[in-house]
Amino acid sequence: VSNYPNPLGICILESNVRMRNPAMDSSEPGQLFDDTSTSAGPQGAGHSGLDKGPVAYTGQTVLSDPMSNLAMAYGSSLASQGKEMMDKNLDRFIPVSKLKYYFAVDTLYVGKKLGLLVFPYMHENWEVCYQQDTPVAPRFDVNAPDLYIPAMAFITYILVAGLALGTQNRFSPEFLGMQASSALVWLIIEVLAVLLSLYLVTVNTDLTTIDLVAFSGYKYVGMIVGVLAGLLFGKTGYYLALLWCCASIFVFMIRTLRLKILSEAAAEGMIVRGAKNQLRMYLTMAIAAAQPVFMYWLTFHLVR
Amino acid sequence: MAWQAKTANMAFTLYALIQTAVLFTNAIAVLHEERFLSKIGWGAEQGIGGFGDDPGIKAQLLNLIRSVRTVMRVPLIIVNSVCILLLLLFG
Repeated sequence: VSNYPNPLGICILESNVRMRNPAMDSSEPGQLFDDTSTSAGPQGAGHSGLDKGPVAYTGQTVLSDPMSNLAMAYGSSLASQGKEMMDKNLDRFIPVSKLKYYFAVDTLYVGKKLGLLVFPYMHENWEVCYQQDTPVAPRFDVNAPDLYIPAMAFITYILVAGLALGTQNRFSPEFLGMQASSALVWLIIEVLAVLLSLYLVTVNTDLTTIDLVAFSGYKYVGMIVGVLAGLLFGKTGYYLALLWCCASIFVFMIRTLRLKILSEAAAEGMIVRGAKNQLRMYLTMAIAAAQPVFMYWLTFHLVR
Repeated sequence: MAWQAKTANMAFTLYALIQTAVLFTNAIAVLHEERFLSKIGWGAEQGIGGFGDDPGIKAQLLNLIRSVRTVMRVPLIIVNSVCILLLLLFG
């Protein structure tokens, strides 16, 4: 298996992606979604203004009172001020605009990514395309990490776990909450461990924390497949499906992380001597090997 | 029942995570600079070895310990006091 880098070293977006582009995004290319939040505002105010106009002329409703008009105007201005302040402050704690990038997906991307998670052996080019120094939205590049699949897979995993226990008459409603918080805690521990080891090995990488959360969340897809196979075909089916998904997640993680953690030369397949690159390779393999362990640890008690 | 024991083992709640984090940070904060770390060769001055581009794992670890102790000293006092208060009141 060999990964050929692009001859020019840059990623060229396919032409059908470019044709899809103007059809989907009617606004400027920097925007990920069509912004519909503000379009309803002026129309709503206009409609309510029109509605209250003829009512006010009858002089029999509360709205004709100038004092309550003033109070209403003051209240709405206070509400909009509060909303602005909340938006400004929320952006400091949770990077909302950065989160939006990870949810800019479409059905085609989700389908291709799920196929990649289960069968990563035929895919050749694992590099993330960049557009003027910022990574391209996941909608246009199947290699970019996203948060939609991990979030949906997490919720589906909780539901499938409840289903699995229900078929064995072991289900109780508080089990769902317990399983959810337990899986979340293991996710947090794994992300913290990866962050710590990345810091200790002094890797200069552009992997953000959210990227790591996304990569750690991809294993839930394999877990769901394993548990469903265990429900349908018994323990043999569970073990077979889990083995297949563990192998594919292992290969997927190694091929994705290799490009981000290792230096350029080593990622292209040439053997680079040196303790630093060897340590980084060990780190990549350790992160990839932790995925099957977690996959088995979080599902083995569900299948009897 | 066996499955109940298993799920009790598995029920790793968020509260347990917070407890673990506080305990770990306390453990790092308690390591004394002169009496202990320098004696075993993990003092602050031994971490800043060379100024090459590759600090190495031991230097990074010592750096991490020193920064955690400096940064988390005051917040740990607050968090520990809150924990003591809560445990006194609610057992």
